[in-house]
Amino acid sequence: MSTNTRTILICSGKGGVGKTTLTANLGIALAKQGVKTAVLDADFGLRNLDLLLGLENRIVYTAQEVLEESCRLDQALVKHKQEPNLALLPAGNPRMLDWLKPEDMQRIVKMLSDQFEYVLIDCPAGVEDGFKNAVSASKEAIVVTNPEVSAVRDADRVIGLLNTHSINPVQLVLNRVRPNMIANQEMLSVDDVTDILALPLLGLVLEDEQVIVSTNRGEPLTLSGSKSPAARCYSNIASRLKGEDIPLIDPSKEGSRIRDKFKRLMQTKIF
Amino acid sequence: MTLRDILNKLLRRQEASANTARERLQLVLAHDRTDLSPDLLDQMRREILEVVAKYVEIDIEEGAVSLETEDRMTALVANLPIRRDPSGAIKTKELTTIDSSEEQTQTNN
Ligand SMILES: Nc1ncnc2c1ncn2[C@@H]1O[C@H](COP(=O)(O)OP(=O)(O)O)[C@@H](O)[C@H]1O
Ligand SMILES: [Mg+2]
Repeated sequence: MSTNTRTILICSGKGGVGKTTLTANLGIALAKQGVKTAVLDADFGLRNLDLLLGLENRIVYTAQEVLEESCRLDQALVKHKQEPNLALLPAGNPRMLDWLKPEDMQRIVKMLSDQFEYVLIDCPAGVEDGFKNAVSASKEAIVVTNPEVSAVRDADRVIGLLNTHSINPVQLVLNRVRPNMIANQEMLSVDDVTDILALPLLGLVLEDEQVIVSTNRGEPLTLSGSKSPAARCYSNIASRLKGEDIPLIDPSKEGSRIRDKFKRLMQTKIF
Repeated sequence: MTLRDILNKLLRRQEASANTARERLQLVLAHDRTDLSPDLLDQMRREILEVVAKYVEIDIEEGAVSLETEDRMTALVANLPIRRDPSGAIKTKELTTIDSSEEQTQTNN
């Protein structure tokens, strides 16, 4: 499996844009579609992936013990009960940051690649050591951003760095899209962001309160087969990642009331 | 230009913030992507103007050199208004320095 395994870095530059939420939902969605998937929490400073997946109480060992060879990989992996195709390798103690090297990260990911078809790496924010370690162990990347100036600027910075590390392909996920604000021209549109960053769009995720509800429960939206807007988006992204041809959601069509139609008319380009 | 833009102009309302965001991002990314400091850019601008001024009369004050970016490609764009004489012809200069250097390279060969 090792050489065909897709090792995908999920990164953004800026914090709080939705990397961990995407990693958890993609992990579950891929597992549901029958793909053996590992999610690796590489955010050793501020680990959260365990919490979003509802696995925080089942952690015994972490990536740290695996690297120190005080336990085997399968002892540290936490298998998801409902979706056994998914396993989490938890982040170790934040003090790992003091000694962790790119080679350590590569070693961990290599071990995971022997057992899984997809390895999703939840990257820390920033472009410093934590990011560089995680990049060194990845072949592909998904850059997550929001339609806001600071998030797009940081994404651009990260894309530049991914290019110098020969990461390929690099694809974009635009998260927290609000169709109403775009219709009012008070939010960067999907085209604005893809034009500026010049990346292929893997998908967009609508702003959705259910994301918060699902994190409260530790049950990613994709787990329950929810029909909420963000749940649909995450499942589509998982399918596209596997190479399926799923059309993009058109945010301007999300709403059919007269008010929405009027807003659409107002943003039609006339010259 | 959209209907909303026109309406905003007529009502003298502020431009929609998405447009402002797009324009500000394009500018800031052009600089981020090159890593050129404003000082270096200014020095380059002055030197480019000096070189061009050797050949044609340009309006030094009006000359602008900026970075523009599209599709992750950044271009250095120079806008150098050339002075014209009253007949409308472009004012060129005697190219004495260039001639002599050309002679030199020829003798070297
Ligand atoms: N599509 C969305 N709709 C609403 N809230 C979201 C969405 N995506 C993320 N969030 C919220 O944004 C916050 C940051 O998300 P998180 O995945 O932790 O970001 P990161 O890992 O990039 O720091 C969380 O509170 C999360 O619930
Ligand atoms: Mg995170």
